[in-house]
Amino acid sequence: MKELEYPFDVNYIIKNKRKIRKELLLKPGLLEKRIAILGGSTTSEIKNMLELFLLNYGIKPTFYESEYNKFYEDAIFGNEELDQFSPDILYIHTTNRNIIQYPTMYDDEKTVEEKLNFEYEKFKKIWDKLFSKFNATIIQNNFEYPYYRLLGNKDAVDIHGKTNFVTRLNQKFYNYANSTKNFFINDINYISSSYGLDKWANQFYWHMYKYAMEVPAIPYLSFNLANIIKSIYGKNKKAFVLDLDNTLWGGIVGDDGVENLNIGPEVPSGQVYTEFQNYLKEYKSLGVILNINSKNEYENAIAGLNHPAGTLKPEDFIIIKANWNPKNLNIKDIAEELNLGADSFVFVDDNPAERQICRDYVEGLSTPEIDVPENYIKIIDHNGYFEVTNFSKEDLKKSEMYKDNAKRSQMMATFDNYEDYLHSLKMKAEIASFKPIYLERISQLTNKSNQFNLTTKRYSLADIEEVNKDENYIKLYGKLEDIFGDNGVISVVIGNIKKKEELHIDLWIMSCRVLKRNMEFAMMDQLVKKAKERNIKTIYGYYYPTLKNKMVSNFYDLQGFTEISCDEQGNKTYK
Amino acid sequence: MKREEVFERLNNVFRDIFDDETIVVKEETTSKDIEDWDSLEHINLVVAIEQEFGIKFNMNEVTSMKNVGEMVDIILTRVEEK
Repeated sequence: MKELEYPFDVNYIIKNKRKIRKELLLKPGLLEKRIAILGGSTTSEIKNMLELFLLNYGIKPTFYESEYNKFYEDAIFGNEELDQFSPDILYIHTTNRNIIQYPTMYDDEKTVEEKLNFEYEKFKKIWDKLFSKFNATIIQNNFEYPYYRLLGNKDAVDIHGKTNFVTRLNQKFYNYANSTKNFFINDINYISSSYGLDKWANQFYWHMYKYAMEVPAIPYLSFNLANIIKSIYGKNKKAFVLDLDNTLWGGIVGDDGVENLNIGPEVPSGQVYTEFQNYLKEYKSLGVILNINSKNEYENAIAGLNHPAGTLKPEDFIIIKANWNPKNLNIKDIAEELNLGADSFVFVDDNPAERQICRDYVEGLSTPEIDVPENYIKIIDHNGYFEVTNFSKEDLKKSEMYKDNAKRSQMMATFDNYEDYLHSLKMKAEIASFKPIYLERISQLTNKSNQFNLTTKRYSLADIEEVNKDENYIKLYGKLEDIFGDNGVISVVIGNIKKKEELHIDLWIMSCRVLKRNMEFAMMDQLVKKAKERNIKTIYGYYYPTLKNKMVSNFYDLQGFTEISCDEQGNKTYK
Repeated sequence: MKREEVFERLNNVFRDIFDDETIVVKEETTSKDIEDWDSLEHINLVVAIEQEFGIKFNMNEVTSMKNVGEMVDIILTRVEEK
């Protein structure tokens, strides 16, 4: 919903939240998640706004909300209601209002240090306790800057300054976050700065209602939080589709000629486009894929991309569509060629009409409302499309992998016989029980795979760690390598052993990168082998239909299983 | 601005906030008359009304208004001050 993408109209959202909520609840296929909010100030509207943004991402939350300022008690002493709620996510909404022991000018260095540790240990105790109790992800606010500076500028520098204290405390939080899985920081320090600290800290709302920020700022906070959550559940965007003329450079290459394009350091309007190209290029290191969708002659598009002052070159893109087709059709083609859903794309185009057409005709596409070129980066950035939560090393190589795939397609075209083509790839598979180094990637894959996914069961990293520890599971990953490159971990199977001799396949997924490579048969062989070792007599398979997994509706039939039941929703059980 | 005009615009804000097209606010309407109008929703209502009329209530006003009529009194004073 465009209204819930940055830049949004806060007053519209606040005024119409009930209407928006009703509409969003109609979306099919919502993923249900339980979120506990442990607050150090009022959280009611934070919860309401979070619900809207999550619904917009296809996640339907149910909430537990602690009593006012009972975050510490709920975490440390427990609470039956919270225990029963069994949260997937624990969000600790604390702010600098919850810092009890600030330093004073009378304190010596040691006392300040003690106060700092006291505050940090208080929170660390909360996190450790919650982790010991729940198999959940924790999201913790850092601290925003204080709204006054007793020492003026020295408040930031001197150990007695509140600003300095907050900065050091935040650093301790980051150290914990960097060494702890399933723990994320909601950076309200940045969000409050970006929003404007004086406005954010409007004290009217604290004294009137005990909100730690002004109510109109809450959508920004909740949006930021929703971005972390949707990223954890694999709902990040994966790729850019970019227009060329007046998007990646100023001017129209076909009319103006390459030499007259506006890009490069000579003039301000050229610098803006160089900076935007640099920004996009940085995304390659996150595994985000770049593509072109432009109404142009192909030769002109390539000539423009080879402009000496441009930092993006033709080889930085996986698919370049430069033609006169409607752009919405080009996007659908790109999605198909990359084997990605259209909801994986961010389409950037300076032309509002093109944006609207693509928004209307391509379901799930994100199309930021960019305005002037100097705002392109801000608007794309603040939308949090590619929020990083679990970064795996494979992401660094993602662009290369897609390139390899393009080469495979070319090679396939040279063979008449598909079998011959498969042989020529000289594939090498590695199939084994889960290993610690792959758990991150495995969790990521369970959240990203939609098409080749029999049950569409999602596993957070914490869930995968549980499964890995549990002896009652047979858990396999598959890696695939060929002459063009290493595809990395591309398939995961999790089977649950019940009654000693039954194996129930909870999860069977494969990345679409390696479709039609017979990998699934190799996985099945290995699974059966493992099952025999454990004296399993019967293997049960399940297929739960979704909007996206039709391609595997007869997977178990093909694997030689027998269908034993099928309910009204089309959920099938095999043996 | 006339009192009737304030009421009309106010009524629209109420209908949006509570997503209820049947709401008709009167001088004597209070939070008891509208089901979802609790203290938490009151905050959003105040924010939306401030936006609608481009005004700010002060703390005493927010806590002391007894009914919609008193709310309209304050709005009218603020709008005239501008």
